[in-house]
Amino acid sequence: MIDFEFHSPTSLDEAFGLLDQYGEDCRIMAGGTALVIQMKQRLSQPGHVIGLRKIGSLNSIESTPEGVRIGALCTQHQIISNPVIAKELPLLADTFRKVATPRIRNMATIGGGLVNGDPSQDPPPSLIALGASVVLTSNSGDRVVPLENFFIDYYETDVQPGEVLTSVLVPQAPAGSGAVYLKFLPRTADDYGTVSVAAVVSKGQDGTCKDVRIVLGSVGVTAIRATDAEDALRGKALTDENIRAAAALVKDAVDPLDDFRGSAEYKTDMAEVFARRAVEQSLASIS
Amino acid sequence: MNHQVRLKVNGTDHELDIPARRLLVDCIRYDIGLTGTKESCSVGVCGACAVLVDGEMYASCITLAASVDGAEITTIEGIAENGNLHPIQQAFIDHGGFQCGICTPGQVIAAKSLLEENPTPTEDEIKDYMMGNLCRCTGYYGILNSIAAAAKIMNEAAGNKAAGSGG
Repeated sequence: MIDFEFHSPTSLDEAFGLLDQYGEDCRIMAGGTALVIQMKQRLSQPGHVIGLRKIGSLNSIESTPEGVRIGALCTQHQIISNPVIAKELPLLADTFRKVATPRIRNMATIGGGLVNGDPSQDPPPSLIALGASVVLTSNSGDRVVPLENFFIDYYETDVQPGEVLTSVLVPQAPAGSGAVYLKFLPRTADDYGTVSVAAVVSKGQDGTCKDVRIVLGSVGVTAIRATDAEDALRGKALTDENIRAAAALVKDAVDPLDDFRGSAEYKTDMAEVFARRAVEQSLASIS
Repeated sequence: MNHQVRLKVNGTDHELDIPARRLLVDCIRYDIGLTGTKESCSVGVCGACAVLVDGEMYASCITLAASVDGAEITTIEGIAENGNLHPIQQAFIDHGGFQCGICTPGQVIAAKSLLEENPTPTEDEIKDYMMGNLCRCTGYYGILNSIAAAAKIMNEAAGNKAAGSGG
């Protein structure tokens, strides 16, 4: 690892000052699980690293009228074991439980993971399916960006110079909805998914699909919302036939890479299969 | 660039003057001289370097020592009590929980972290928690048996319900 200077601001204002001072030559570190590995591999060589750990205001979870506000520095373990999340957003607890290993979940944070912009991570599909937004804070105030628009390209996000991701806002799932996150893991339990899918389905009184969101991970340069598949199902009867027809459209939405987890063709086929299962299981989970 | 970093390791305070890039595993092994903690995969996957940071299990190979300034660290050298092996260490000996021993400090730390969080884990819960600690000697059954036995002994000592009866 190339050496650097480490900074531990104790307030956001202090962090903004450091960001302003060092500009392009600094990286912000939350849990460090991604950044430290990138620095060891010299994929990232900042002259300054700003650790956010000593800023106490960024690690709380609170229920608000707009939904649950999760501080950017909350660790994955903290989210899994939080009673507000368990009650109001069980999909999130289940999703974070599927990330890596207990050791990594003690270290990695929700905000750090999102800013890293890795398209194979577990949380983005579920958070986008739930309609989450991120709060980007700078000297000039807060900017709220729907997570769906936050990921721009492979490891590239909408965070602008001078901004720090400070919290994630997750609205409550609509009444009468079911949600599931499926992660296809043909290798080891701590791996990234070969394909992953989050689905949130709301059923109307007449049994038709009132609303649906289908979001996939590991099959493109960002998490991908399968809007054509959603449109094909919204307003329709939730029959096996209609779910199958909608899931088939997922194949056109994804653009996976060939790698050691499978060929692009195989992942495309699995995206359809797992999207169908995710919708079916979301539907079955409606209480 | 060097930084002043304070760490309390196994109850002893250390004031260190170390570069920002010093990883916690290297700091523990080379600056402090406790070589029980091992480095294996170097990317946070294998569990050999596991230590407790303020009571939570961390991968010390991807933790910057400077980033945990002020923390209390527990390594494998710090879990024996009053000169007696910790029940988990004794169980690993009694139930064949290791062969070559490289992964063992991390396995024992992970088991301690598990049993602090869940003193009465089921077999599935032990497997689920320990899946991030790899053993290349194919010693997993011995490890699982050791942890179940340690839980039982620790619970009997504490008067809790028996291990294996659910968490």
